[in-house]
Amino acid sequence: MRLTDHTLRSALDALNAGETTSVALTEAFLEGIARLNPRLNAFITVSADQALEAAKASDARRAVGKAGPLEGAPLAIKDLFCTAGTQTTAGSAILGGFVPPYESTVTKNLLRDGAVFLGKVNLDEFAMGSSNKTSAYGAVENPWSRANDPDTRLVPGGSSGGSAAAVAAHLALGATATDTGGSIRQPAAFCGIAGIKPTYGRCSRFGIVAFASSLDQAGPVARTVEDCAILLRSMAGFDPRDATSADLPVPDFAAACARPVKGLRIGVPREYRLDGMAPEIEALWRQGLDWLVQQGATLVDISLPHTKYALPTYYVVAPAEASSNLARYDGVRFGLRETAQNSDLRDLYERTRAKGFGAEVQRRIMIGTYVLSAGYYDAYYLKAQKVRALIRRDFEQAWGQVDAIVTPATPSAAFGMDEKQDDPVTMYLNDVFTVTANLAGLPGIAVPAGLDAQGLPLGLQVIGKPWDEETCFSVGAAIERAANFTAVPGIRA
Amino acid sequence: MSYTIEGNTGPWELVIGLEVHAQVISHSKLFSGAATAFGAEPNSQVSFIDAGFPGMLPVINRECVAQAVRTGLGLNAEINLWSRFDRKNYFYADLPQGYQISQYAHPIVGKGEIEIELADGAKKIVGITRLHLEQDAGKSLHDQHPTKSFIDLNRSGVALMEIVSEPDMRSPEEAGAYLTKLRQILRYLGTCDGNMDEGSMRADVNVSVRKAGEGYRTRCEVKNVNSVKFVMQAVEAEARRQIEVWESGGTVEQETRLFDTQRGTTRSMRSKEDAHDYRYFPEPDLPPLVLEPDWVEQLKASLPELPDVRRARYVAMGLTPYDAHVLTLEKETAAFFETVAKGRDAKQAANWVTGDFFAALNRLKRDITDPPVTAENLGGLLDLIADGTVSGKLAKEIFEIMIETGKAPGVIVEERGLKQVTDTGAIEAAVADVLAKNADKVAEYKSGKDKLFGFFVGQTMKAMQGKGNPALVNEVVKKLLG
Repeated sequence: MRLTDHTLRSALDALNAGETTSVALTEAFLEGIARLNPRLNAFITVSADQALEAAKASDARRAVGKAGPLEGAPLAIKDLFCTAGTQTTAGSAILGGFVPPYESTVTKNLLRDGAVFLGKVNLDEFAMGSSNKTSAYGAVENPWSRANDPDTRLVPGGSSGGSAAAVAAHLALGATATDTGGSIRQPAAFCGIAGIKPTYGRCSRFGIVAFASSLDQAGPVARTVEDCAILLRSMAGFDPRDATSADLPVPDFAAACARPVKGLRIGVPREYRLDGMAPEIEALWRQGLDWLVQQGATLVDISLPHTKYALPTYYVVAPAEASSNLARYDGVRFGLRETAQNSDLRDLYERTRAKGFGAEVQRRIMIGTYVLSAGYYDAYYLKAQKVRALIRRDFEQAWGQVDAIVTPATPSAAFGMDEKQDDPVTMYLNDVFTVTANLAGLPGIAVPAGLDAQGLPLGLQVIGKPWDEETCFSVGAAIERAANFTAVPGIRA
Repeated sequence: MSYTIEGNTGPWELVIGLEVHAQVISHSKLFSGAATAFGAEPNSQVSFIDAGFPGMLPVINRECVAQAVRTGLGLNAEINLWSRFDRKNYFYADLPQGYQISQYAHPIVGKGEIEIELADGAKKIVGITRLHLEQDAGKSLHDQHPTKSFIDLNRSGVALMEIVSEPDMRSPEEAGAYLTKLRQILRYLGTCDGNMDEGSMRADVNVSVRKAGEGYRTRCEVKNVNSVKFVMQAVEAEARRQIEVWESGGTVEQETRLFDTQRGTTRSMRSKEDAHDYRYFPEPDLPPLVLEPDWVEQLKASLPELPDVRRARYVAMGLTPYDAHVLTLEKETAAFFETVAKGRDAKQAANWVTGDFFAALNRLKRDITDPPVTAENLGGLLDLIADGTVSGKLAKEIFEIMIETGKAPGVIVEERGLKQVTDTGAIEAAVADVLAKNADKVAEYKSGKDKLFGFFVGQTMKAMQGKGNPALVNEVVKKLLG
């Protein structure tokens, strides 16, 4: 077995058994990155020297019996998490060269538990996108390709495209990611790996470059559901520096993966059965539900009547918050600063922001500014907030009947890099199954469940009650076991 | 008779409302742990939160919330147990986040009131519309470099209370009295130091004019006025300008103006058309601010005594309304007085504080926070008068020595042998000596020139270097003159 073929679980077991070292693992992944990253472009920054130093230190800690829960595990960090001393770009030119003097709480927690960081992975600019093509540091390629069309390069999904591609290509044991409307679950599904967006407030947002504050939530992507559980346990926890983080104990999520689903009531929302949905997606969904029934769960048809308003609601709320969150990128204190001779303040703003922000980010800033403007606020932002409350209520009512909800993760498999270019609204439809969990603050996990006719991975999503990631893990692991998903992408270390 | 300004078309009434920004007294900022001290090196009190760095998040400072609640309670206002922060979005170089976190739709404090007193003794209630918490911006310095502006972020994120009045004031005097009273209450509460020259309190003044019996006409806002005197001047200047506009057939446009303290006039800063669209929306980084009723009750129970109550108490202690007023104007003065009066005759203590002590402050240009004589020592001097150790007249001399030397009165009396003589024998000897040396005057007295009695007393006191007990000296002179 190659070292890079390890899951997080098996790697930790091997480390604990003394069969390998963090240095050996780190070297193996760095070798893979050096070989494959020029093509995949999953990493924006590879911290080879720092990673090897950290691996040595980790092995030394292990030698004196001070191994943390993630001791020695090489991970990739989405370049939206501020990492002290390492450039953090958010995928944007406007943050080019920005080296934070502080560490995000999530990455600090991972370091506390012994993780080794291989580098910073690519993403859609400011996490705005579903293809990873809006990154100022270039698109990321999905390591999977279509069986009958191997030359068409596919997107890894977004915004955590670098995270998902790196893990799928065996360039890291796991990666941090963030999810504002589906940015963990959609790329996980596109790349045939698992990824969970926990309940809003489970992970601290401190030190994560903000996109839409009321929706953003960090989570892991990894090869298996259990690996996600191990990572989330380290990432999560109350942080007094984030007023929206929850002061709740962090459960043993890995233990929940082994919990049987017998007796669980699984909700099947009729509104997720879209007109014109690909038959393969429909069939996969049916298959997943059957697997759960076979393991003793019962199915309950439920209604989430405001689902059809979720996407438009999301595309009002998220840009509104983003337009405000991104105001700080003004060229005055950090990052890009564009001036001309005799530039005044306004000119500095205009030049810096025109050059520093890409087209999609500019589009969302404009949408967000528009929906908050005097005379439009009530019709857009306020209306969206009301609909958001209704979407939340839909779920609250459903929790009276079911323990978890299972849906497709995405409406399609990964698409080609040159497809879905012309119309941003078509691109936004990628989030149709995932945005509701963000709007309602609920945990949602994507699990690889099968392949389409082209041999591309497809995923299912399990949505849970607030603070009940454990049931997401139980149900996700049950699907994973039944699916026995062993396929691997053509490009991998 | 209400205040009016006489125009060409007859008298005009004024309508005035104030928005006061008061910097909250707290060790750290509203949403970060950075310090708030005034006068520090530029950019030395700035956290990454205050500088708007990526990924930084605000966390509310409990003490600032307590200060806002205390202030609300001191203004007899409703405390809103549920309030919320909003973002006010605009671009400026000294606003690092690109938005100010404020409370727009749901302030922490609702309606309240302040009673003001005018020079003629009339009292008036001015309504408080609301009080909300918000963060201050940094400071742009345009005069440090020929082509560059400098930014100091020390103030960025400092907690402010914006206290908005109803448009209840009708004259410059009322506006001045309101601001003075508000500042007095804030200082008593210890929630704002009220130092307008350091910028920790500043007022936006809303002014309109109207004819008697009319509704409101268009108002203008005069921004950032930084003294009571300037507020009164700005009100009058702006009212006169508006009257001139109306009377010359024009229309007052709603706008933001600045008061030029040199010229004593207001000038336009920006018109309504240029007004920002601040795109307020709920601050998603902060959950709603929910106060426990018990906590508010605790704050209420621990509020200090406020000026109106204290004043009434002083009057009940026997002070004149005027002395009670003067002694309660500043919290520090009242505290000084209370120390002097503690366990002593309150009226006498008030006389000394408002008399010799205030005179000394004026003469020496000293402040109550830096008194030339401590309250403890002044109290000690009153004790020496009370127990007959020194006379009132001698006490005044001792008081001057206390100012010069800073010594306690007992020490001065001891060192200089100023103890009052109550030994009748010694006094009789001194009187006898005076009478003997002034036999001619004694004769005049006996022939009916009663006024000379005081001369003999005075001569005796002088001979005894002021130490003779005045009552006893009087008695002995009377006795020996037969």
